[in-house]
Amino acid sequence: MSAVLNKRNIIILFVLVSLVFPLITTNTYLIHVMTLAFIWMIGVYGLNLLAGYTGYLSLAHAGFFAIGAYGLGILTVKAHMSFWLAFVLSLLITGLLGLIVGLIALRSKEHFFAIYTLCLGYIIYLVIDKWESLTEGVRGLIGIPAPQGFGPIKFETEKSHYYLVLFFLLLVILVMYRIVHSLSGRSFIAIRNSEDLALTIGISTARNKLTVFVLSTLFAGLSGALYASFVRFIGPDIGNTAVIFDMLTYLIVGGIGTLTGPLIGTLLVIWLSQLLQDFQQYRMLIFGPLLTLLVIFYPRGIVGGVTDIYRKRMAKKEKQLAGKKDSYIQSDLGAKNQVKEG
Amino acid sequence: MKFVITRRSLRLIWEGVPVLKLDNVSVKYGSFTAVHDINIEVNAGEIVVLLGSNGAGKSTTFRAISGLNKPSTGEIIFEGKNLNKSSADQTVAWGIGQCPEGRKLFHAMSVEENLRMGAYVHRRKKDQIKHSLEHVYELFPILKDKRHDPAGSLSGGQQQMVAIGRALMSKPKLMLLDEPSIGLAPLVVEQMFEVIQKINKEGTTILLAEQNANAALKIADKGYVFENGTIVLKGTSAELFANDEVRKAYIGA
Repeated sequence: MSAVLNKRNIIILFVLVSLVFPLITTNTYLIHVMTLAFIWMIGVYGLNLLAGYTGYLSLAHAGFFAIGAYGLGILTVKAHMSFWLAFVLSLLITGLLGLIVGLIALRSKEHFFAIYTLCLGYIIYLVIDKWESLTEGVRGLIGIPAPQGFGPIKFETEKSHYYLVLFFLLLVILVMYRIVHSLSGRSFIAIRNSEDLALTIGISTARNKLTVFVLSTLFAGLSGALYASFVRFIGPDIGNTAVIFDMLTYLIVGGIGTLTGPLIGTLLVIWLSQLLQDFQQYRMLIFGPLLTLLVIFYPRGIVGGVTDIYRKRMAKKEKQLAGKKDSYIQSDLGAKNQVKEG
Repeated sequence: MKFVITRRSLRLIWEGVPVLKLDNVSVKYGSFTAVHDINIEVNAGEIVVLLGSNGAGKSTTFRAISGLNKPSTGEIIFEGKNLNKSSADQTVAWGIGQCPEGRKLFHAMSVEENLRMGAYVHRRKKDQIKHSLEHVYELFPILKDKRHDPAGSLSGGQQQMVAIGRALMSKPKLMLLDEPSIGLAPLVVEQMFEVIQKINKEGTTILLAEQNANAALKIADKGYVFENGTIVLKGTSAELFANDEVRKAYIGA
């Protein structure tokens, strides 16, 4: 990772810019787009933990996003619960459903897991669409309340809502950072590399995979609940499979299996699609080829690409240094020491 | 380094019970029988070698012992416990450490991270991990110098050291080493076998799969010769060394 663009600096830069962003601009539309981007980022982080770090590509996460959103919507609008109680409960519901689904889905691997979860995501969408007595079907849920304030802090303006979402995003990034740099994170990566190998060094893959799955559905649910409270109206479309492919695009553009990838990918794609709005449906003509090129040349996204380029440069430098050292050893101490070293 | 014998292994030696026993074990991949009806006994403190060419069934036997493949018939018994139904991560916790064929490190992780991963089953015992780490660095001083380097940047011999070290970190009673000499220069192989002998003297029982019969029989107590998924010959290393067929097939003299 290059000295200036390492992940810690990117995150610090992001935190600073995002903190002052609402103070620089008075355009509520920009703040609105930014808040939505943050909400998606949380979900993309969940997807990243599962698909990027553990190697299980779930296509059901739009479904869990919708479950989080509808959980909050139904509990506040229909059951008239207080906001934060409904918020916590909607997360618990998502996690519990994630646990049940994970127990079954994680029996499959690789493509089969992706296909299974794709079907599952569609089933979740259908249930939301058709179960009219509970979800209001295509009419959608209207009138979801804004988050209740704490004392003097209220979340009724765009700005205050922006900071609330930012708070949750930073929390998610912190949790991700801690997970990735811990033994659990390394065991997830070990599972991604080779499940057999992970097993032979004593990692219980079944338990670890289930933990990751539930955690990542929780992130998706959190993202959904925040979405519902921010947009205040939800329809079954948010659970549509198209949504998971949006999330996947953000993740792949930024860098799958990297800590800063979801940040960069989501911001870039969302702002780019805002900028290109004049082109309307022709946007996709620009997006499609760009995405294809990126996947071919930088399969680990922008962050992965930058890291690789930097690593190659470092390796080259090291090789030059090592080359000098080797010739020194050979001439001075003979070949035997080299054998011992290597 | 002290000669460590646990009370349990002492009792096992006393009673003459083998640490590991494979009783008429067969392993199938689908309808194909990879290993047919084999019997192996490994006693506490021994080095036992499984000889055989590629595809003879050595690695499959290892996969069965470690729990990655389940035997279709027969019993695998480790310290009196039946391993047939246990999962691979459980066997590690019970004391079977494994060093897979072809090293299989986590290339992007540093040497030390790789070693620490090996102590996964002891992850809450911080002191023990520290001691094991020091022990591994004592056995392979070069790894200490390279502990912050990514494992993928190491030479073949060094990677093999990391793989053995990683297996040692789980404090195994029985260590499975699958072809530790593969792809290494002769001098490095010699070094590797010296270390294996040292690990054995420190109290770890070792089961070794090898094609390099010459090097392996020098340090082993006894051996089994695999051919086409069955054991065709067994004996002490001296017996096998003297056997004409073994000499012809694996030593080339």
